Amino acid sequence: MNQDKLTAPPVENELKLSDEKIKLQVNDLKLYYADSLALKSVNMTIPEKRVTAFIGPSGCGKSTLLRCFNRMNDLVDICRIEGQILMDGQNIYDPKIDVAELRRQVGMVFQKPNPFPKSIYENVAYGLRLQGVKDKRILDEVVETSLKGAALWNEVKDRLHDNAFGLSGGQQQRLVIARAIAIEPEVLLLDEPASALDPISTLKIEELIYELKDKYTIVIVTHNMQQAARVSDYTAFMYMGDLIEFDATNKMFTNPSQQQTEDYITGRFG
Amino acid sequence: MDKMNLTKHISSQFNEEIEQVRNHVMAMGGLIEQQLADALNAIASSDADLARQVIANDEKVNDWEIKIDHECTRIIAKRQPAASDLRLIMAIIKTISDLERIGDEAERIAKVALESFNSAQQDLLVNLDNMGRHVAQMLHDVLDAFARMDVEAALAVHREDKKVDREYEAITRQLMTYMMEDPRSIPKIMNVLWSARSMERIGDRCKNVAEYIVFLVKGKDVRHSDDEKLEQDARS
Repeated sequence: MNQDKLTAPPVENELKLSDEKIKLQVNDLKLYYADSLALKSVNMTIPEKRVTAFIGPSGCGKSTLLRCFNRMNDLVDICRIEGQILMDGQNIYDPKIDVAELRRQVGMVFQKPNPFPKSIYENVAYGLRLQGVKDKRILDEVVETSLKGAALWNEVKDRLHDNAFGLSGGQQQRLVIARAIAIEPEVLLLDEPASALDPISTLKIEELIYELKDKYTIVIVTHNMQQAARVSDYTAFMYMGDLIEFDATNKMFTNPSQQQTEDYITGRFG
Repeated sequence: MDKMNLTKHISSQFNEEIEQVRNHVMAMGGLIEQQLADALNAIASSDADLARQVIANDEKVNDWEIKIDHECTRIIAKRQPAASDLRLIMAIIKTISDLERIGDEAERIAKVALESFNSAQQDLLVNLDNMGRHVAQMLHDVLDAFARMDVEAALAVHREDKKVDREYEAITRQLMTYMMEDPRSIPKIMNVLWSARSMERIGDRCKNVAEYIVFLVKGKDVRHSDDEKLEQDARS
């Protein structure tokens, strides 16, 4: 027998942040809700075409940070932001930035599925129609590829013109993801995308996330630590507005460097 | 092959991880089979170079153990395996530690080939070789049973261990007689005795692996139960 074949392959190269291409860079980001400081000087880099998960107890600032990436916090009157977020080197808080365009590049999916009260087809085509696309062939094609991309096509291809509210919760959530990817964003923000779903739908969404990372940079907020462990390449642990630890998921869940992270992921506090 | 639907998870990544760790166990098993066969051949043909190669290769066995342990740790941390997945991971963790010890025994057996024996002593080695081939076959069969998750094959290996124990007793008696007749040979013959002991231990460890297979497939912990109950549990 060939001796080389019998040699154990080296322990796989662990993912390292320093080897990654950076999609988003957060520089000294502070966020205030009125007078209270919700994010205390966060510095981090989000790697391109990877899944980055934010975990932490309620109120730790993980959703707030996520919403900074497409300036959703602009909609909150009392919210004030200092610092920078660079996407491909460009500060998204620069006054010259077109926020609508930013949100086209950075799509978002929320905890509760929020399809529009329209047909399945129109839900997915909505973004394109908004952009002025009228050619039915293009629309048909985008609807099909987006639904396929969201692993929903086979379940709905025969009833594309039925109302989207007739779908199950898990299907609605995948529809919303299809709607988000129809306009070909570069980054997908997922805020608790599976927390309203049953375990099997949850696994389907997780599998979908795994497939989508080939094309998109994905940032996911989750209360479910095991979900973060299953789907993400990198995990950030946040606590009370601070980024406590940010590292490869395998490292975070087998041997975190911070005691607070260890305590949180082992269920000792939080 | 996939009787337990081990690769039918919704998560394709989980399927890949399970498939990979199973393949790695089989690769580790293949290496150890090779080590044992080489050790026996080294003795049969008084090949000191081959013996030294077996001794050097033990490091590869150790690397596999560390590698597979690492993979299992990761699967537990990331996937929270349940039911048959959990039993598989538990069985693998236990199996590879027995396999690693079999590797150590093969190394010990190889050391006998570094000694030189006169022709009368060579005759003693024939019985040792027979016993060695017997446990090598057991190792082969139990790895095969593991790959196929075959309880019947595992039970056959389990029964086989009794024969190995008897062979060991017979060899021990023979070696003791020889040592009494020729006390100057004692240091050398003691080495032969130790390697017979190693073979007997390999049989025991194959038996352990057979028990893990029953646990994996049937979910019944049959360690330390008497043979009748074991077979009954394994078949129910």
